[in-house]
Amino acid sequence: MSWPARLHVVTGKGGVGKTTVAAALALALAAGGNRVLLVEVEGRQGLAQLFDLEPLPYAERRLGDIDDDLRLLAVDPEEALLEYLDLFYKMGRAGRVLRKLGAIDFATTIAPGLRDILLTGKVKEATTRTDEAGRRLYHAVVLDAPPTGRIGRFLNVTAEAARLAKLGPIKSQSEGVAALLRSPMTSVHLVTLLEEMPVQETTDALAELTALHIPVGKIIVNAARPPLLSSRVTQAELKRGLAEAGLPTDRRTVTGLQSEAHAHLARQELEQQLRAELAHLKRPTVELPLLSDGVDLPGLQHLAALLRPR
Amino acid sequence: MVGFEVDAVLGDPAIRIVVCCGSGGVGKTTTAAALALRAAEQHGRRTVVLTIDPARRLAQSLGLTELDNTPRQVKDAPLYAMQLDMKRTFDEVVLTHTAPERAKEIFANPFYQAMSSTFAGTQEYMAMEKLGQLRAADEWDLIVVDTPPSRSALDFLDAPARLGRFLDGKMLRLLSGTARAGGRSMFNLVTASFGAFSKAVQKILGAQLLTDLSGFVSALDSMFGGFRERAEHTYRVLQDPQTAFVLVAAPEPDAVREAAYFASRLEEGRMPLAGLVLNRVHTSAVPELDAESSAAAAARLGEEGDTARVLRVHELLMRQVVRETEVAAHFTDRFPLVPVARVPAQPTDVHDIAGLRAIGDAF
Repeated sequence: MSWPARLHVVTGKGGVGKTTVAAALALALAAGGNRVLLVEVEGRQGLAQLFDLEPLPYAERRLGDIDDDLRLLAVDPEEALLEYLDLFYKMGRAGRVLRKLGAIDFATTIAPGLRDILLTGKVKEATTRTDEAGRRLYHAVVLDAPPTGRIGRFLNVTAEAARLAKLGPIKSQSEGVAALLRSPMTSVHLVTLLEEMPVQETTDALAELTALHIPVGKIIVNAARPPLLSSRVTQAELKRGLAEAGLPTDRRTVTGLQSEAHAHLARQELEQQLRAELAHLKRPTVELPLLSDGVDLPGLQHLAALLRPR
Repeated sequence: MVGFEVDAVLGDPAIRIVVCCGSGGVGKTTTAAALALRAAEQHGRRTVVLTIDPARRLAQSLGLTELDNTPRQVKDAPLYAMQLDMKRTFDEVVLTHTAPERAKEIFANPFYQAMSSTFAGTQEYMAMEKLGQLRAADEWDLIVVDTPPSRSALDFLDAPARLGRFLDGKMLRLLSGTARAGGRSMFNLVTASFGAFSKAVQKILGAQLLTDLSGFVSALDSMFGGFRERAEHTYRVLQDPQTAFVLVAAPEPDAVREAAYFASRLEEGRMPLAGLVLNRVHTSAVPELDAESSAAAAARLGEEGDTARVLRVHELLMRQVVRETEVAAHFTDRFPLVPVARVPAQPTDVHDIAGLRAIGDAF
């Protein structure tokens, strides 16, 4: 599997497992000694919950439980604005006064575009950061992004900025972010389940991002179950098999198992249709299996092994 | 665990508002529509469902092809449905609170345009505003509200207060200059830092933007009180026993965690929580055969035969049942008194009236 970009943006409908997939991808990219940054921007502390950590500060912290160099960051728009002010205007203390006054809340509230510019700006900064020797600090940055319903607006920072700022540093900042997001350095991956609404949103998001000239990478089907059955099974056959396995063969057990099998078959057929719909989108597609014991670090590492670059 | 008697809520004439909340992807809109349909059909109540951003096929089946802020009767059902038009609702609020000339200025301001269409929180605020309007019109026995697909379920409760605070806030008054007229001392206190702020803003954002911003702020000035009062009024309606909050979740860790946060917030805000609807719950027809025994039996049969495959299907299902039970227990352990209704997983997605009826029956 190849992951050519440097900035990987992971989105999908709410509830499809974006955070899980983003974390698995970050682990996969970090394998073999690469330093990788995994970022969240929605203030949900989803990464802390996923890795069972205390809430993350606004700082890049290495994940301690593994040998690979994976760092985690929760970007907060207020902190990002303060950092930005400090960086460009040397406003360390004044910045804190502004916060007391509610100015920061004000600035990020009045202009939602500004908020997104700050968040994406921080992601860009991390993606392009270099050390003294001019080498990139991060081999890759993985962004656990807002859901598909908001992803176009979130990534389309120039349009938002242009509505508000016709000139000035905000405008040039957003142009820098927009250039990165539209370059081959970036790849937006769409996570979906084999269910109708997430597949529909994947289709819609692909069209929206394509129209915005933002490069879409892979479609990642999460929590896929293997097709177990090829045809319907008769009660007689089931009864015979159960007897052979030494299990009860009463009517309730037989009809119960048969109805479960038929429901599975119906689900399987629907999933096949949805796979076909996804195939029509002509994007490279990866399937990740359902983690039947829930999402934990070994589970994430199992998914990461399936995504590992080859 | 207590069973959630959904019909007792839907049929209670004293309950006039049902608010469905939960995180994204748990079937919130579908649940709101199913509850509303059941109230209308089984309890004969004149019901409207206010949806925010329904999936396309569900919207079509509810007859919501236009986003026009008008309740319309659903085809083949005694139910009315409407979809929130956030920008139009905001425009209407502005028009009610200000002279037409002033309104024109506001509408033309780029900050108003940005805020009325994309502000994080405008959707929540406007959903509350629309709810307030529908309630005030007193045309409906029951209003069922689907809350916006927020970053977090809590945004629905927090955003209106945040918007109110913002519109009513110190910064706006500083920028609009009303502080000078209203409270000289406060202004003096902060003048120095404010000078730094406005210089920074000018440096970062540019002078044109600042002009637009103060234009917007002074135009909104006349509406401050109105915004806050309305938000507070609607908030009080939500605390009233005429309202019933219904949490919606799926048996997944994130969704259940969000539901638990929300339940504690409702408790803090003394808001009436009626119960939790747990969607997409898997059940087995043969629960006494556990996953391990099923797997072992399949192994004895040598995996390839039909029965072995069926036993593998059962094994996966039983694992899921166990996992879902554990996840749901995180909520029920913390809130043992909140009643829970479980809706079985449907084999396919629900997007027609018959499907909504089936969910209603499952309550």
